[in-house]
This record gives sequence, structure tokens and C-alpha cells, in this order.
Amino acid sequence: MSEEEDIILADLDDEELVEQMFDDLYDGLKEEIEEGVNILLERGWEPYRILTEALVGGMTIVGKDFRDGILFVPEVLLAANAMKGGMAILKPLLAETGAPRMGSMVIGTVKGDIHDIGKNLVSMMMEGAGFEVVDIGINNPVENYLEAIEEHKPDILGMSALLTTTMPYMKVVIDTMVEQGIRDDYIVLVGGAPLNEEFGKAIGADAYCRDAAVAVETAKDYVARKHNQMAAG
Amino acid sequence: MDDRQLTEAGLAATGEGRVLLLACGALAHEILALKRANGWSHMDLHCLPAILHNTPEKITPAVIAAAEKHRAAYDRVFVVYADCGTGGALQHACAELGVEMVPGPHCYSFFEGNDVFTTHEDSNVTAFFLTDFLTRQFEAFVIKPLGLDRHPELRDMYFGNYETLVYLAQTDDPGLTDKARAAADRLGLAFERRFTGYGDLASELAKRA
Repeated sequence: MSEEEDIILADLDDEELVEQMFDDLYDGLKEEIEEGVNILLERGWEPYRILTEALVGGMTIVGKDFRDGILFVPEVLLAANAMKGGMAILKPLLAETGAPRMGSMVIGTVKGDIHDIGKNLVSMMMEGAGFEVVDIGINNPVENYLEAIEEHKPDILGMSALLTTTMPYMKVVIDTMVEQGIRDDYIVLVGGAPLNEEFGKAIGADAYCRDAAVAVETAKDYVARKHNQMAAG
Repeated sequence: MDDRQLTEAGLAATGEGRVLLLACGALAHEILALKRANGWSHMDLHCLPAILHNTPEKITPAVIAAAEKHRAAYDRVFVVYADCGTGGALQHACAELGVEMVPGPHCYSFFEGNDVFTTHEDSNVTAFFLTDFLTRQFEAFVIKPLGLDRHPELRDMYFGNYETLVYLAQTDDPGLTDKARAAADRLGLAFERRFTGYGDLASELAKRA
């Protein structure tokens, strides 16, 4: 999607600039994304609009092409790194301007697993979709999850694992939540390369999310259902 | 025997012998060394491409297809894979096929010995492992698939949470040790060498000889 000629971002109109930011995200050009975000801010765009229309919009294309086997992990990481640059500018402004809040999530990789690329992508896309995310990092024993959900009372608990040797630990966490009578207080979403829907069901998660985009859609869906239930109850 | 061929294409069985060893290409050198050392001429070796290591979801179908294709020509088939990231799928498939496989989570574990490997459980969490084969094929298995040849700046996104590169050495080869140490430096990790020899691979093959 990259063009060889030099493009002056400030010379583009809004629509062209957003299109160009999609291309720059796709190509993992962090500095160009930061420049694009600053130009849109100067033109009076709300931070939330920049986040959703330019950054999340662009990453959605990246995610789709990853799912379709057009892009691979290195390219997705470069794109994510570029989006991170844009989000670093927008994050403090989002707090000031009162962006809509979709819900909240505690997320971390399970005990024995230090692979956090998937978790970090999910965290970023969830934040981009308006969720408050508390990232408790890597290699989490059950106690860490329980402390975090007790402290932050999130709508969602997210667990991630890359290894077949560590993914069974997700069941340990869910079983402990059942024992403590708190399982149904939270939406539990799980993900990671070796998992599948069947595994998610077998361990008692609400849903398995195969990638970051699916995680966002699933989270929105479950949070909406939860709110509807509360309203009805 | 060319490592690149073992990585990409594997190794075809010769068709001679009563026992077929259906193995990962990354184990070919070690299995052939054990065959020579023990005079196991009744064992024939067929290797699947070693690069399947990077896509474990493809291992089980490939093993099933190869077992079904070749088994009629042999008395027995022994699958020389551990679980290798298949999440129990390979074990299940082997049970369905009525063949045995190597116990353990992966070759790192059975080279060191499954019992010994578990004693390092805590430090293994932050360890990135190489064997002799993976050290020789470091570019093909690690650097290129992760895009680090084109984008070295991604290194810490992949390896930032690792602490040590552990070289599980099947042989005493100073040249390979240097190569493994250089791999550790390239990934920004501390280096540790553990000499394993052939570990459980030798005893598992001996049981089926």
C-alpha cells in the first residue's frame, strides 16, 4: 500500500489524511502516524474521533489482512507500534475530553507464560474501542487475577496463553472463581494461538477470542448483554 | 544430509527395515547417529519438514498422512515427536492410529530428559531454547520467520520477557556453542549451555528397537 513519492501530510484534506494514515499504519510508520494525529488535533478533531476513525479504522484493516493471511506477525507488530505512538498522544487528551466508556477489563497472561504480544494487541484495541484496561502483565498466578478483579471490579477478565503447556492454567483460575462464588460476577474471555472455541467452553470461559478484533466485538456484545440483564433485573 | 532440506522437505524413508521411525526433521541427525551407534539397521527413518515446528497445528495432520501412507510397508511405526505444541492432538491421533510416540511436551524436554527438565521449571519459563539443529538453523527458524532480518527493532517485542537463551547441546561442538552464544547476544539474552546428549531420545528408541 506504500507509495514511493513524498507525501506532505499537512497538505492533504481530512479525508485524504485519514486514508493516508490507514496506509501509514499498514506500513508501520510510527512517526507519520504521530504527525497525522497532531495535524488532526490542530484541525480541531476530537481525540476520540481520531482514535476511532483514523487509528482503530486503520488497525481494523491490518487485523483483517492478518486474519486473511495477507499480513504476518512482524507487519502487525510494526502497525501496532505505530498505533501505540498515536495513542500515546491521544490518551491524556481522551481522559480530559471525557471519551465514551464501554466497560472495563483486567487482562494478563497466565502463570508460566511470558508471551504477551497477543495480550498487548488486545489491550490496545480494547482501549481503542473505549474500554478501560488494567494490564496485569505476564506469568500471573491465580492470586494476581483475584486481587486485580477484587481491586478494579472490571466487567471482563481476560486471560492469554501462547503455550499448550500453560493454557490449562486458565481453568485453574476459573475453577477458583467458581469455588469463591464470584465466577458469574465477571465476563471471562480467553485467547491465544493454541486455544480454540472448544477449549474455551471446556474450561468454563464465556468466550474464546481468536484475535484482537474478535475480542473487541465479543467484549462489546457481552457487556451490552450484561447491562441489558441488569436493566431487566 | 542437508539441514536446509531437513527443514523444508524432510527426509524420505529408504523403504528398508521393519520399524518406521516417523520423525521431525530436526531430529534426523541424532536418530541416524543412534541408529549407527546401536546397529539398528531394522529401523527406517522418515522425517517430516522440521519447519513444522513453527506451525504446530500442522504437525498432527502431517503425521497422520505420513503414517497412513507408509505403515503398510512396516511391522510397526514409532512417532518420534513429543506433544510439540499440538495440545494433546498428536497423542490423540497416535492412539487412534495405534502407534506410540515420545512422551513429553517437546524435544527440549526429552533431550534433557523429561524428569530433569521439570526440575528447571521456574527458570525454564523465561528461557528460550535451542538444540544443535535449531542452532544451525537459527536464521530459518527464528530470525526470518519473526521478520528480525528486516526489522531488528522488533526484537524486544518478541524477546523482551525472556532472560536466557539455553543451548541444549546434543554434541560437544565448540563451533556450535559459539554460534548459540552469538544467537543469545543477537536476541539480547544471557547464555547458558546444558549438555544433554541424546537424553530420553536414546532410551525411547532403544525400547522400540
